[in-house]
Amino acid sequence: MFQRKRKRSDFDAEIEAHLQLEKERLREQGLSEQDAETAARQAFGNLTRAEERFYESGRALWWDHLCQDVRYGLRMLRRSPGFTAIAVLTIALGIGATTAIFSIVDATLLHPLPYPHPEQLVSVVDDFPGVGAENVGMSVPEWHDLEHSGIFQYVSPMGGGGSVNLTGGSQPARASFLSESPNYFATLGVKPELGRAFDPEDKTPGFTLEALISDGLWRGAFGSDPNILGKSLRLDNDLYRVIGVMPPGYHDPGQMVEERNTEVWAAAGFAGPPAPPPLRESHFLVEAIARLAPGLSVREAQSRLDVFVAGLQKQYPEDYPAQNAWKVRLVPLQESLVGNVRESLILLLGAVALVLLIGCVNVANLMLARASARGREMAVRQALGAARSRLMGQLLTESLLLSVAGGIGGLAILFCTRRFLLQILPESLPRFNEVSINWTVLLFALGTSLVAGAIFGLAPALHAGRVDLVPMLKQEGRGSTGSAEQARTRRALVVTEFALSLVLMIAAGLLLHSFWDLLNVRPGFNPQNVMAVRMWLPIPNDPDTDPYRTAAQESVLVRELLRRGKTVPGVEEIAIGDLAAVPLGHGRNDLNTTPLILEGQEIRSGQPPTISHSIVTPEYFHLLGMAVLRGRAFNDSDDDKHPAAAVINEAFARTYWPNDDPLGKRLKTDPASPDWITVVGVIADARTESLAEETVAQVYLSSYQRRAKDLAIFLRGRLDPAAVPVQLRAQVQSADPELPVFGAQMLSEGVSESLAERRFSMEMVALFALTALLLAGLGIYGVISYIVSERTHEIGIRLALGAQRANILRMLLRQGLGLALGGAAVGLVCSVIVSYLMAGLLYGVRPMDPLTFASVALLLVGVAVLACYIPARRAIRVDPLVALRYE
Amino acid sequence: MIGEGCWSQVDILPGTAAYSGYMSTQQSRERLELLQGTLDLLILRTLIFGSQHGQGIARAIQQTSDEELLVEHGALYPALQRLEQREWISAKWGVSANNRKARFYSLTSAGRKQLAKETTKWNRLSAAIARILAAEEA
Repeated sequence: MFQRKRKRSDFDAEIEAHLQLEKERLREQGLSEQDAETAARQAFGNLTRAEERFYESGRALWWDHLCQDVRYGLRMLRRSPGFTAIAVLTIALGIGATTAIFSIVDATLLHPLPYPHPEQLVSVVDDFPGVGAENVGMSVPEWHDLEHSGIFQYVSPMGGGGSVNLTGGSQPARASFLSESPNYFATLGVKPELGRAFDPEDKTPGFTLEALISDGLWRGAFGSDPNILGKSLRLDNDLYRVIGVMPPGYHDPGQMVEERNTEVWAAAGFAGPPAPPPLRESHFLVEAIARLAPGLSVREAQSRLDVFVAGLQKQYPEDYPAQNAWKVRLVPLQESLVGNVRESLILLLGAVALVLLIGCVNVANLMLARASARGREMAVRQALGAARSRLMGQLLTESLLLSVAGGIGGLAILFCTRRFLLQILPESLPRFNEVSINWTVLLFALGTSLVAGAIFGLAPALHAGRVDLVPMLKQEGRGSTGSAEQARTRRALVVTEFALSLVLMIAAGLLLHSFWDLLNVRPGFNPQNVMAVRMWLPIPNDPDTDPYRTAAQESVLVRELLRRGKTVPGVEEIAIGDLAAVPLGHGRNDLNTTPLILEGQEIRSGQPPTISHSIVTPEYFHLLGMAVLRGRAFNDSDDDKHPAAAVINEAFARTYWPNDDPLGKRLKTDPASPDWITVVGVIADARTESLAEETVAQVYLSSYQRRAKDLAIFLRGRLDPAAVPVQLRAQVQSADPELPVFGAQMLSEGVSESLAERRFSMEMVALFALTALLLAGLGIYGVISYIVSERTHEIGIRLALGAQRANILRMLLRQGLGLALGGAAVGLVCSVIVSYLMAGLLYGVRPMDPLTFASVALLLVGVAVLACYIPARRAIRVDPLVALRYE
Repeated sequence: MIGEGCWSQVDILPGTAAYSGYMSTQQSRERLELLQGTLDLLILRTLIFGSQHGQGIARAIQQTSDEELLVEHGALYPALQRLEQREWISAKWGVSANNRKARFYSLTSAGRKQLAKETTKWNRLSAAIARILAAEEA
């Protein structure tokens, strides 16, 4: 497009030639040499302008201007280090915080899962919407049907995991374990670091007796043994052969920490022992993931699957009663992992963005103040012929310089504090391990700082374009006094700031209130001074080798453990239960969910409702302070020689026998079993599943009548949290040296951990809200100080004429309060919207909680009054004589 | 200011300017200012009679218009520069009739096309305006 650039000298020569030609022509017309010269120049007009135009036409002018603006901007910023430091710091903190939250959002919500073709991965969920049951699990025949449906490359169900006893070392150890189908790693598309994965085509009905281990276990328990492959591993008393070691940093997809940190994987076909017989109605496969056939979207797959499932229901009408309305749901794996955290994260990102915005507004205010101080400079430049667009460009460049410096500062802060920040993240956060500062995060930080710069640079820049030159130039000497328009903008900015802060503070207040209510919820059990210690009884693949095969066999061990445990120093009470009996200390998959059949109540749906049950020893209820309302708790004779007994909670009684006395009623948890279980007692409701949720119906069964593999020992007393687990382990292992003891935790800690995510988002939002309040306070302080300094002269006159100081104070306060109240009014309206949007995150508090709204608004106004009072007091203390001279 | 040479730039003498272009006959009546954007058209039109240097173009426009139009010579050169960049005219140094070195401009074929286009546009515009004004009087 550009030919060779024309030289300046060439252009000058042309102009010179023009003038000569014109002069000669005029001479010919009879003008004198002198007149001809003058006339030619006159006809030519503005020579400099022509030269400038020539200069401008030849180059990428904007680049020139940009370089100039940047140079000039840097000089200006250097010249007012105080302003620059405050602005950069405000923006740096804002961008640092926003980027930090974004890095979490990026890792959890935006980043694809770290497996090949993550878009093909889905979680397969079976529901019985007809009877309101979700996630009922999958049966083995259904698994095979799905795999041959043509919709999936692989379907990989899991038989549940949890614990496995790793014996053979110096100490029996508990390892985090997952049993899954042999095609599990093929489904995920992951290969081990060493050795090989399971053969996806393996058709072994039971366990394949091959194991993969995690990098951590390999380094820890096996000292990075290079010859690990082929060695044997004793898991729950069975010998497995190690065939591979997973890469470092590999994590299973899982919502819970424990699910992500699997250490040992074993594959099974789930069609032989120890799995139950593979019947179609036996939905014991708790979870399943699948990889869709290539090119199939989740939506397409779902519609094909619906047809397929309908076909199966026709084919096996007896197994799928119509009332259940069996459905198989495909959820993108990423979504299923994130679960309910999405809402909280979006709230956090919104909150931190608001803080950044308030920071921007503050900087905009500072810049406006500076712009009015520089008003004369701008006016002079404009009078000298600077284009308005150039002045605006200059101011915008300065803002962008500030914001980019702020962005870099923010990243630096983030980088220096990243260790600490990762520590305060709750570990239960999904995809916690993937949070990092990557390119996306860096780009986000850059983008945000540019947007921020544009936001706070816009107001001053627009004003620069609309300066009225004459009054500006008329001002002698000092150059403050912004235009009325600027003052209006500054006030509008403060109102905005207050409105934004109010929204944030109300959000924080609601969360705080919810959290407070949660802390004060009566859980129905007493977690103080109670420690739970976990154990795992092995489940060998051959049931005949199981020393604790029946409840009777196991009760011998349980009684022995109770006796020995009591000798541990400090222990006053002891009880044993299964993992499901640990209040707030178990995951969803640890619940024993079984069908529930009530005697005398015909099962209308054909498919019984389900119930979760816990298995406990008689001392359990008293130890946890759960009151027996009617009947009795278990006793020592509720064993295999006596009829089976059950204790139910109030919620159960309410749900199933609302009008009858539940005592003496009978129920079953296994449709095939001939034996009924008699209800012997009703206990008060306790929130053992979640503090935030109403108690659900629950059944307790006696440890002496029902065996459990994942045991928990409960201790109450003055316990030394460090010594007790060691002493208890010694006692347990003197009863059975093969049993690992692990996971000791004070119950009160467990209770507070169950609130970790809520606490995290509450603390974060509260922190942001406080920052916002501080910034808004500073903003209004700045504006009032500015007004005061502008009016010092006027105030001096008023005082000299006899005005009361109190009146002047009132006048200034009224001005500030007006702004604050305006902001609060706007903020209240916005808060109503925001609070309804976040209703899902609240507990026990209505979104329009009047207490929160009122107290937050009051607090904000209080801060405003304080922020106005300080400069206002300075104003009325002024000596009239000084003020009059002040100019 | 990125796109210079756009039509919006004022190529004509501002009416309020302190100077007025030199007239060979003394100023007897008000001259017409050029409508914005018409200078390019006039330059192209002038060059249709053969190559010419800047001063010649200025003179030609003034004379051909019976001294009605007022052209600031200084404004001519940025316009020439622009037309050259758009490749509607080309330039080379030559010698003028009275033996002076001068830069001569001539139309390119793209320039001819542009001239035809602009002429048609201008004719339509002026005819339309004339019709409206005539209607007003009637």
